[in-house]
Amino acid sequence: MSITTLIFYLLSVMAAGSAIMMLLSKNPVKSILWLIVVFFAISGHYVLLNAQFLAVVNIIVYAGAIMVLFLFVVMLMNLNAESEPAKNYRMQLIGIISGGSLLLILVSALMQMNAQQPVQMKIGDAGLIANLGKTLFTNYVVPFEISSVLFLSAMIGAVVIGKKD
Amino acid sequence: MDIKAYIILSLTLFTIGIIGVLIRRNAIIIFMCIELMLNAVNLLLVAFSKMHAASAVAKASPDFVGDAQIFVFFIMVVAAAEVSVGLAIIVMLYRNTHSVDVNFLNRLKN
Amino acid sequence: MNNVLQIAWLIPVLPLIGFIINGAGRNILSKGIAGFIGSSVVLASFLLSIYVFIQVANGNTHVAHYFNFINIETLKIAFDFKIDQLSSLFLLIITGVGFLIHVYSTSYMHNEPAKDFAKYFAYLNLFVFSMLLLVMGANYVIMFIGWEGVGLCSYLLIGYWFKNNDYTDAAKKAFVMNRIGDLGFLLAVFWLISKVGTVSFDEIFAAESLQKLSTTDITGITLLLFVGATGKSAQIPLYTWLPDAMAGPTPVSALIHAATMVTAGIYMIARSNILYTMAPVTQAVVAITGIATAVLAATIALKQNDIKKVLAYSTVSQLGYMFVGLGVGAYTGAVFHVMTHAFFKALLFLGAGSVIHAMGGEQDMRNMGGLKKHMNITHLTFLLGCLAIAGMPPFSGFFSKDEILAAAFSNSPVLWGIGVITAMMTAFYMFRLYGMTFLGKFRGTHEQEHHLHESPVAITIPLIILAILAVFGGLVGIPEVFMHGGHKLEAFLEPVFAQSNAITVKHSLSHSTEYMLMAVSVTGALIALIYAWNKYSKYQKTMAEPTGFAKILANKWYVDELYNGMIISPLKSLSVFFNNIIEKKVIDGMVNGTGKAVNYGSRQLRWLQSGQVGAYILLIVIGILILFIIQLFL
Repeated sequence: MSITTLIFYLLSVMAAGSAIMMLLSKNPVKSILWLIVVFFAISGHYVLLNAQFLAVVNIIVYAGAIMVLFLFVVMLMNLNAESEPAKNYRMQLIGIISGGSLLLILVSALMQMNAQQPVQMKIGDAGLIANLGKTLFTNYVVPFEISSVLFLSAMIGAVVIGKKD
Repeated sequence: MDIKAYIILSLTLFTIGIIGVLIRRNAIIIFMCIELMLNAVNLLLVAFSKMHAASAVAKASPDFVGDAQIFVFFIMVVAAAEVSVGLAIIVMLYRNTHSVDVNFLNRLKN
Repeated sequence: MNNVLQIAWLIPVLPLIGFIINGAGRNILSKGIAGFIGSSVVLASFLLSIYVFIQVANGNTHVAHYFNFINIETLKIAFDFKIDQLSSLFLLIITGVGFLIHVYSTSYMHNEPAKDFAKYFAYLNLFVFSMLLLVMGANYVIMFIGWEGVGLCSYLLIGYWFKNNDYTDAAKKAFVMNRIGDLGFLLAVFWLISKVGTVSFDEIFAAESLQKLSTTDITGITLLLFVGATGKSAQIPLYTWLPDAMAGPTPVSALIHAATMVTAGIYMIARSNILYTMAPVTQAVVAITGIATAVLAATIALKQNDIKKVLAYSTVSQLGYMFVGLGVGAYTGAVFHVMTHAFFKALLFLGAGSVIHAMGGEQDMRNMGGLKKHMNITHLTFLLGCLAIAGMPPFSGFFSKDEILAAAFSNSPVLWGIGVITAMMTAFYMFRLYGMTFLGKFRGTHEQEHHLHESPVAITIPLIILAILAVFGGLVGIPEVFMHGGHKLEAFLEPVFAQSNAITVKHSLSHSTEYMLMAVSVTGALIALIYAWNKYSKYQKTMAEPTGFAKILANKWYVDELYNGMIISPLKSLSVFFNNIIEKKVIDGMVNGTGKAVNYGSRQLRWLQSGQVGAYILLIVIGILILFIIQLFL
C-alpha cells in the first residue's frame, strides 16, 4: 500500500464522512461548515491527481465564495436548530432506501466491468495551469466569453428577484 | 489507482447528495446537497481526464487530454451563477412565507 | 303429378288470415265483422276438410311437400303435410266443432268491448291454425310447432280477462305445465334424430329405420313422448292446470280443453302407434297412468260444486280412458272416443255456458236448480249429452267407451274392473250435475230468477247440432258383436294402424263375453244414474263445508298443495337464496366492488399529486432507479 493509496483512502473517508455529517446536522450553519470540509477533501483529491489549477479554483470559488454566500443567507434568516422543520419519518426512510438502492445498482453495474483502467496520479502535465490556459483561450474561447455574459445575466437576475417593491 | 475507485467515490458522494435532497425539508440544505452532487461529478470528470492521459502516454501520442478539466472549470462557472440566482429566490420565498420549509410550496396540489 | 290434395295448405292458412285480419284490425273492426270473419274462415276450412275427407275415403292419401324448412347436411326437415285417414278425421273434428264454437262465441261474448271481441276471435283463429298444423304435420317438428302454438293460445285465452290476477295465474300454470311436458317431447325428438337421423313420420315408421332402434331406444323415446302427452292432455302428474283453466271463457273451455287441444297427446301417440306397439313397457305405463288419472279425476268430480269444474275433471277422467285405450293397443277405440268425446263434451260445456249466461254469471250449482222450466232447448240437449257421457246405449259414448273397456278386459281384467267403477262414478257425478242444475226447485236469488231465459239462436243452434252428433255419432263404430262389418271407423282407419296390428297378437273375445261385459258396465252406470237422479232432484241447498273423506275429495286430494310444498316452495326458497346471496352479495358485490376499488385506487393515487416538490423528486429518483435496473440487468 503506497503512500498515494493511503492518502487517497484518507481523503475519501473524509469526504464521505463529512457529507454524511452534513446531512445529519440539525443546525444549518453546522451543515454548511461540514460541506466546506467536503470541498477541502475534494480539492485534496484534485491535488493528488495533479490538477493544480482546479484544486485552487475549487477552494476559491466553492468554499470561498459560494459557501460564504450560503452563510450570509442563513444568518440573514436567523435559522437555528429549533426552527428546523422535521420531515415525515416514512418519507425519510423511503428516500434513504431508494438512494441506497440507486448506489447499489450503479456500483454493481460497475463491478461487472472487467477492464483495468489505471489513472495517472501525481504526474502529468494535463492539469498544469499553463496548458489549461493555452487550451482555454484558443479552443474554448467562445464559451469563455459567453460565460461572462452568463455572469452578467445572473447578476441582473439576482438583483431583480431580490428587489423589494 | 484504478478508475473504479474514483467512480465508486464519486457515486457515493452523488448518492449522499440525492439522499440529502430527499430527506431534508430546509430549502437551503437541499440547495447545498445539489452543490455536493455537482462536485461529485467534477471529481469524476477530472479522474477520467487523468485516465485518458494515462492511456495517451501508453500509446505515446502527444494530444492534449485535459478537455475534461476545462469542462469542470465551466461547471464551476455555471454553479456560481446558479447559486446566486437560487439564493435570491430562496430569500424571496422567506420574505413571503417567513419559512424555508419546502412543504409549504404545494401550489401544484391536485 | 299434381295431387289435388296439394291445396291442403289452404286449410290452416285460412284461420291464419283470420287471425291477422282480426288481430291487426281489432281497433277498427266492429263486433259483427270481427265475428263474421272469425267464423267464416273456419267454415271455409271445414268445407275444405270435407273435400279432403272424401278424397281420402276414396283412397287418395298424400304427403304434400311445400318447402324445405331446415336443410343441413345430415338432417333434412321439410315443411310437409301428411293427409291420410287419421289427419283428415281430426281435421273434420277440429274445423267442424271449431266452427260451431265460433258461432256460439259471437253471442256468448257479445258483452265485451269491440277491441277485446276482435282480440278473442283473433286468438281463437290462431288456435285453430296451430291445431291444424299439429294434426297435418308430416314430421315431429311441424307437429311440435303446432304443439307449442296451441299451448301459447291456451295461455292467451285462459288469461283473456287479464285484469284478474287469479285468471292470469291459472294461465301461467297451464303454460308452465305444458312446457314441462314439451321438454319430454323435445328430448324424444332429439333422441330420434340421433338414432334414426330423420323426423319424418314415413321415414321413421319404415321397417329399415325401426331396425336401427334398440328396445331401450324405443322405450325411452316413447316414454318421453308420453311425458309430453301428459302435459298437453292433462294426465297424472301434469293435470292440475286443466281445472284451473276454467278461468277462461266457456267457449274456450269447450274448444280447447274439451274437444281439441287436450286430444293432441292422443293424436300424437296414435300417429306413433308402431313405436308404442314395439314398447310394451311404455304401453303398460300409459295404461296405468290413464286409469289412475281416470279414477282420481272422477272421485274429485263427485264433490265439486262449480259446474265448470265438474266438467273439467270429467274431461281429465275421459282423457284417462283414451290413454287406457292407447295403452292396451286399442288405437281405433281411443280415436273413436276422441271423436265422441269432442261431440258430447263440447255440447256439455256449451250447455253449461248457456246456463251460466242465463244465471248472469253464477257458476255454483248449489244456487241453481229447476232450470228445466225456463230453458227447454238447453235442458234437452244437456240431458242428451249427459246420457252420452254416461255410456247409455245407443248414444255415442256407449260405443266408444265400450270398445275401450273390451280391449282393456282382454289385456287385464283388473283394468277393466277399475274402468267399470270409473264409468259408474262418471254417470253418478254427471247426473248429480244434471239434477242439481235442472231439476228440483230454484235455489238462487230473486233477481237471478227474473233473469232466467232461454239463450239466443246463435247459442242454441250449435247446441242442437252437437246434440245430434252426440246421439248418432257412435253409429260409425258399431262393434262386430252387433253387426258384422258395422265398424266403419275401424275400416277407415285401418291403413294407419296396419303396422301395429300386424305385430300385435289379437286376443279375440267371444261374443258372449262381450255381451256380458257390456251388460255389466251399462247396468252399473244405469244404477248410478238413477240413484243420482233421485238424490239430486230433491237436493236441499246447503252451504256447509264437507267433512271427512268428502272433504279430501272436495279439496282435490290436496294435490295442488302437495305440488306447492314439494316443488314450488323449494324453488321459491332457492330463488330467494339466489337473490339474496348470489345476486346481491356476489354479483352486485363484484360490480359495486369494481366501482369501489376504482374509487379507492383513484383516491390513493390522488395523494401522489400532493404539490410537494420533495415527493416529486422522490418519484424521479425511483423512476431513474427502475430505468437503471431495466437497462443494466434485464
